[in-house]
Amino acid sequence: MITLGIETSCDETSVAVVEDSDKILSNVILSQLIHKGYGGVVPELAGREHLKAIMTVYDEALKKAGVQAGDFDLIAATYGPGLVGALLVGLNFGKGLAYGYDKPFVAVNHLEGHIASNFLVHPNLPEKHITLIISGGHTSLVLVNGFGRYRVLGQTKDDAVGEAYDKVAKLLGLGYPGGEQIDRLGRIGDRKYFRFPRGVIREESYDFSYSGLKTAVALHVRDLSESELEQHRADIAASFQEAALEVLVVKTIRAAKEFGVEAVSLSGGVASNSRLKELMQKHLSKIKARFFCPPPELCTDNAAMIAAAGFRRFGIDGPSDLNANAVPYLKLV
Amino acid sequence: MVLSRKNQSLITESEEQTVAAGRELAATLKNGDVVSLSGPLGAGKTCFIRGIAIGLGVNRGDIKSPSFTLVNEYYGSMPLYHFDLYRLKEISELYGIGWDDYLMRDGIVVVEWGEKAGDRLPDRRIEINIKIISENKRHLELALIGQKA
Repeated sequence: MITLGIETSCDETSVAVVEDSDKILSNVILSQLIHKGYGGVVPELAGREHLKAIMTVYDEALKKAGVQAGDFDLIAATYGPGLVGALLVGLNFGKGLAYGYDKPFVAVNHLEGHIASNFLVHPNLPEKHITLIISGGHTSLVLVNGFGRYRVLGQTKDDAVGEAYDKVAKLLGLGYPGGEQIDRLGRIGDRKYFRFPRGVIREESYDFSYSGLKTAVALHVRDLSESELEQHRADIAASFQEAALEVLVVKTIRAAKEFGVEAVSLSGGVASNSRLKELMQKHLSKIKARFFCPPPELCTDNAAMIAAAGFRRFGIDGPSDLNANAVPYLKLV
Repeated sequence: MVLSRKNQSLITESEEQTVAAGRELAATLKNGDVVSLSGPLGAGKTCFIRGIAIGLGVNRGDIKSPSFTLVNEYYGSMPLYHFDLYRLKEISELYGIGWDDYLMRDGIVVVEWGEKAGDRLPDRRIEINIKIISENKRHLELALIGQKA
């Protein structure tokens, strides 16, 4: 069974062709680099750029997969959460193809797509595991009891972790996307240069908070002269990253112990952070839990994960209505 | 001391006090009011708006920074539309997020980095500027634009 996946929830235009649940035939991702000049995603640009790009990305995905238009059995597209103008482009494109080629259509929750990214590439991932979805718009710790059965243990109370990365990168005068830049600088900077606050780390809940950390970095940078900032840019990046990631690691490990899972997975753009993977690996091996993380092209927003989630969702619920609308604030459960 | 249409200046000593100030203001807000907030990154704009939302009966857990989506909608005793224009580069981009539609809808509009909306802010509004004095201390100033106290 061939599934065509379509993803346009934020700033990536992506179309993928996936066979059954785990064979990626193509996964074409076009990042809207136009946002670079803006230090973040600008919604109107997002919608317009998706519209310009989708046909080309679709053609490329079919070509790479060696599949003819119409030679798919199922069409899956993200319907939320995301920017409404952006979501509508991919969703309507998908519904149009489904109607035109008379194929079943399935609307996919973007967050379930991230969860599916791990099932897609790790056939040995236990059904029951803890997953951490971390990106520019999401910070959610989820107990997975197999595909489609989730319990959200905690999420951010204010800013998403990737958003904190973007804002701190801007404060430090680094480019967009901020995550990569901070990760890179963090490797050379002094992690102990300054101890930034670890938001809600001691709280019993599994919630996160990144607003206080962002404020602490802003205040710190405000008090530095230009030359001091120049001198300590990498140190601030490394120290910020240490604070941001420690909370993720501590809470994830605690959840893994409390729910007695044997495996933990990461997904979302921040999951490609090298320091986070290093820390997770280290702490999970201490409690003898296995660690799973998708390759970078499946961490960032991509359509292969949407196809994979769509394939599984279709198996559970059957096709979605062609009237399915975009839901910008869609939750996982 | 509270921040209100009458008392237009307030010093808060903690995040909790900034939230409380928002909450107090919420009690005086009416359908159709627009509140524009300005102040540097980390000043506490989202905190203040969290207070307003709580004051309107929104669940604390539902209130998030809308930097990613540019606008969040909350439904308490009255609809509350929470904008964050931090990422806005040009005023024309407001069209794409339905700014004018939101201004005409029932409810209250609160907007972080409101100054970025320029002359697209309604003539009648409440402006709140937050200054960072020290790590925890903030100076909140309220100005009524196009209306009397």
